[in-house]
Amino acid sequence: MRYIEHDNVVRRMNGRNLVNKLFKSIFLLATLSALLALVILLYQIVSQGVNHLSFDFLVNYASRFPEQAGIKAALVGSIWLMLVVAPTSIILGVGSAIYLEEYAGKNRITTFIQMNISNLAGVPSVVFGLLGLTIFVRALALGNSVLAAGFTMSLLILPVIIVASQEAIRSVPGELRDASYGMGATKWQTIVKIILPAAIPGILTGSILALSRAIGETAPLIVVGIPVIIQFLPKGVMDTFTALPMQIYDWSSRPQPEFQQVAAAGIIVLMVVLLLMNSVAVIIRNKFEKRY
Amino acid sequence: MGQSVQEMIAQSKGKKNKKFVEKLIPVLLFLIASVSVLTTIGIMLTLIVETVTFFTRVSISEFIFGTTWLPFSNKSAQFGVLPLIVGTLKVTLIAVIVAVPIGIAAAIYLSEYATDNVRRVIKPVLEVLAGIPTIVYGFFALTFVTPLLQSFFPEIKIFNAISPGIVVGIMIIPMIASLSEDAMSSVPKSIREGALAMGSTKFEVAMKITVPAAISGIIASVVLAVSRAIGETMIVSLAAGSTPQFDGDFTGSIQTMTAYIVQVSKGDAGYGTTIYYSIYAVGFTLFIFTMVMNIIANYVSKRFREEY
Repeated sequence: MRYIEHDNVVRRMNGRNLVNKLFKSIFLLATLSALLALVILLYQIVSQGVNHLSFDFLVNYASRFPEQAGIKAALVGSIWLMLVVAPTSIILGVGSAIYLEEYAGKNRITTFIQMNISNLAGVPSVVFGLLGLTIFVRALALGNSVLAAGFTMSLLILPVIIVASQEAIRSVPGELRDASYGMGATKWQTIVKIILPAAIPGILTGSILALSRAIGETAPLIVVGIPVIIQFLPKGVMDTFTALPMQIYDWSSRPQPEFQQVAAAGIIVLMVVLLLMNSVAVIIRNKFEKRY
Repeated sequence: MGQSVQEMIAQSKGKKNKKFVEKLIPVLLFLIASVSVLTTIGIMLTLIVETVTFFTRVSISEFIFGTTWLPFSNKSAQFGVLPLIVGTLKVTLIAVIVAVPIGIAAAIYLSEYATDNVRRVIKPVLEVLAGIPTIVYGFFALTFVTPLLQSFFPEIKIFNAISPGIVVGIMIIPMIASLSEDAMSSVPKSIREGALAMGSTKFEVAMKITVPAAISGIIASVVLAVSRAIGETMIVSLAAGSTPQFDGDFTGSIQTMTAYIVQVSKGDAGYGTTIYYSIYAVGFTLFIFTMVMNIIANYVSKRFREEY
């Protein structure tokens, strides 16, 4: 008596293998289509913008005439913005992470702060703009200055930096900590001299990625009221300014087709800045990565 | 001569300074950590206070049930938020149609089929896609996707819901793919290998083992991505137009909640005008939408998680 018919099994197995292969190709195609979108996007921007890209473009101010339009004010403005955002967000983010990982007890307050951070990460950036407009621009009367926009951006990327720093601190092995305590170091000495140095690559990588998000973010700047056409550079954090994404937004939304090329050239500059920041993050990660 | 340990201890006890620092630091760090909580409180207060002022001028029922959004009309300004919500939902719907199949398919490919080498190439590229500023996506929608769509369907206008919808979809693919892949990768290998040993094909393993086991994570990733799509601002500001419409047309100009806030902000609606307060009311509505989505995502991933 035969329980298994060989032919039948082979026939069904062939069918099942065929379905498997078919879906494997479908899944692969879907993955590739996402990559294809990236390639098309980059190609479109480079091909449109590369003609307008020149040294003049980097050192000229914005202009009514597309051929004279430059990105100087925006580029310098974005650097000013980062000078405010980087220290503010990193001090707040790393401080919060140290508190949550090293000091906070396992109680309701800690759970609440932690939950609050993950919820904050889901709030749309435009809503942060409304917060900045009310608190920094109006209530604290900072106006549309580098400081007001910088504080708004710092709060926006704060959750990202906190979470990245927490992970970096958590990955420092417990033996290092115990050894430090064993040598008689106090808690704060252990944190400053043992834990932070060990966690710094992770903290920096996460912070740079967060900062690169801040440098490309547009919506909060518009809501805070950052102007676009500016013919001077800010001299301090209380001056008004414009930033790369603001300038790109303005050029993109103009009807003349020549400005599309200017916008594309501006995007190339922004993407190069992002690329530089990300490379630094990768270098830091590779250079300082210690295996415990 | 060295000190004895006892002497050292006695000496360090004398350092009041050090003790003071050790006590001060936790307090200082707690204050820093509370900034994130203060931010949330600040957002809530800002939105609530300004929205309440808005509702002293416009009735709540007009805002919630009104089907006309005509804020800039001098004689008969109307503030019915439904057209803005409909605009947001149109873009979100298209984005979901684009991103959910591709994102989940990519996640299945990465977790079930791809070799380690392939994964090492594809994941960073997806990260790049996730790191592109939304203003760049907006430019792409306006200058490439819309003309491309128009060449196939001439009835599509310059500003429409489809093109930004597709591009928002592209933007959230990495989010769905990587979060879903995380969920699928955390399904234990033993279950998978058990099914393979019983003669299942990889496709059968994916459909009958991995996806059902990871379904909570997959759903949570989709809900989070929808929340991102609802809050997305620059793509829709550039490519979707500024005409609030209460209808089912995807080919013409629309306006989303986020795009309205941007439109008012870059104009010069004076402080204290009804239009000024209206962006807070719209922002509050947007905040509630994304908040509900985030809570659902949290709930789903906790409630339906399969424990192994």
